[in-house]
Amino acid sequence: MTPAALPFSETSFTLALGLLLLAPLAIAGVALMNAGLGRSRSAVQSLLGNLVVIATAVIAFALVGWAFAAGTPPDHVFYMSGKPWNWAGTGHLFLRGLDSEPAHVQLTFLFEMFSVALAVLIPWGSGADRLRLPAGAAIAAAFGAVLFPLVAHWIWGGGWLAQLGTNFSLGSGALDVAGAASVHALGGLCALAVVWIAGPRKGKFPHEGLSTAMPGHNIVYVLFGCLVTLVGWLAWNMAGSLLWLDAPPSALVVTAVNTVLSASAALVATFSVTRIRFGKPDASMCANGWLAGLVTSTACAGVVSPPVSILAGLVAGIVTPLLVELFELALSIDDPSGAITVHGAAGLWGLAVAGIFAPRPGQFLAQLILISTLLGLMLPLVYLIFWLMNRVLAFRVDPDGERLGMDLHELGGNAYPEFVVHRDESYR
Amino acid sequence: MRFAGLLVMPAGFFLSIAAILLFSGSAQRAAFVLCGLAVEAMGLVVAIRGHMQLIRNPQRQDFDPGISGSANQ
Repeated sequence: MTPAALPFSETSFTLALGLLLLAPLAIAGVALMNAGLGRSRSAVQSLLGNLVVIATAVIAFALVGWAFAAGTPPDHVFYMSGKPWNWAGTGHLFLRGLDSEPAHVQLTFLFEMFSVALAVLIPWGSGADRLRLPAGAAIAAAFGAVLFPLVAHWIWGGGWLAQLGTNFSLGSGALDVAGAASVHALGGLCALAVVWIAGPRKGKFPHEGLSTAMPGHNIVYVLFGCLVTLVGWLAWNMAGSLLWLDAPPSALVVTAVNTVLSASAALVATFSVTRIRFGKPDASMCANGWLAGLVTSTACAGVVSPPVSILAGLVAGIVTPLLVELFELALSIDDPSGAITVHGAAGLWGLAVAGIFAPRPGQFLAQLILISTLLGLMLPLVYLIFWLMNRVLAFRVDPDGERLGMDLHELGGNAYPEFVVHRDESYR
Repeated sequence: MRFAGLLVMPAGFFLSIAAILLFSGSAQRAAFVLCGLAVEAMGLVVAIRGHMQLIRNPQRQDFDPGISGSANQ
């Protein structure tokens, strides 16, 4: 992947800026889905938490993270076997000098800031109904200051993954058009770490029998969130193609077509799979399939053909409901938003697709090394950081808070105060 | 057990890195990188099994899993 420092034409710059202003719709859509897939007694905490984690992560990224993520030489480099390994940026802390940077550098900052904002919603959604607001903010700070900037620099800032092409003849280096690795796969791995550390919701996995179904409280939010994400994703993928692939504006139509095709194929596949398995299509699972298709397109919409996008979406759509079921029923992983599958697994699948169907030799190997880095290096690092943080600031709410609901316990009010609160049989 | 699995995973990553440093042929590199991914997958399986043990054995867990009945919305 080409480093970020390529100057833009005026048209590309204007287009990228305009598209980036639409990208927050993806964030809004994911926030709506997070709220809808949680319980009614945690709805306000979920939506307020979305804002809190976004704000914290963005500030952490601006003050600290951008210094590591920026691809402005000279970077931190060490040499091994005669090859440079660029592992972190050496930008200025506290955004010093950003206003005097070239416009395209400011644009990359804006793109990465939105990327951080989207990525931190992923673990927050997985920790729904038991993750405390201060813990969510702490996770967001760590993500914005350290975790995201490292991966973003390696891929987008001319880091060692981006240089796999020039140093080891592996295609054009690790390819990630709009954040499948640094946003979705990394966010999904963070979600897995959060779920492991916080544990399942109370009553989710009884000692005997199957796990307890805890469906989302407002499927209308979830499905409306799906529609909103489409607009944001189109903008995101096209802006990513302009920024990181140096694509001409004329190539963006195919990127948009690929994005829609991938999501549509995934939805059709999930609809069919759930229809066959349960007799009726499952709305929340279809929403997960749609989002998995969009996440898959994040990696490959700018580099593959429309038929390949359909194939990638179909596979994502078939695998998503099966994987969500496997995680819940067989592996005892309580992930209310399905983010580990939808963002983590679909992100990794998209990265693989970009390698399999890329025209350059060696590209698939570069993508495999990117996947290996996320799984083998970032997941243990994320878990270690979160585990240490949990020792200082407990992630999980106390049992009484979980019984009351996060809204009452943390905020003192409900999302739906006129509703009658029924006695909860599980706490007798 | 979860920590054991997570400690195994970086070994897979270093195997992948060693592949591109030690070999120049694409077949050898691919084989080593795939081995690295397999090691990571094994580590992930061990970590997930550790998680499942914690869920099923409430005495050993550092979170409160909830072990009774169903929960309402």
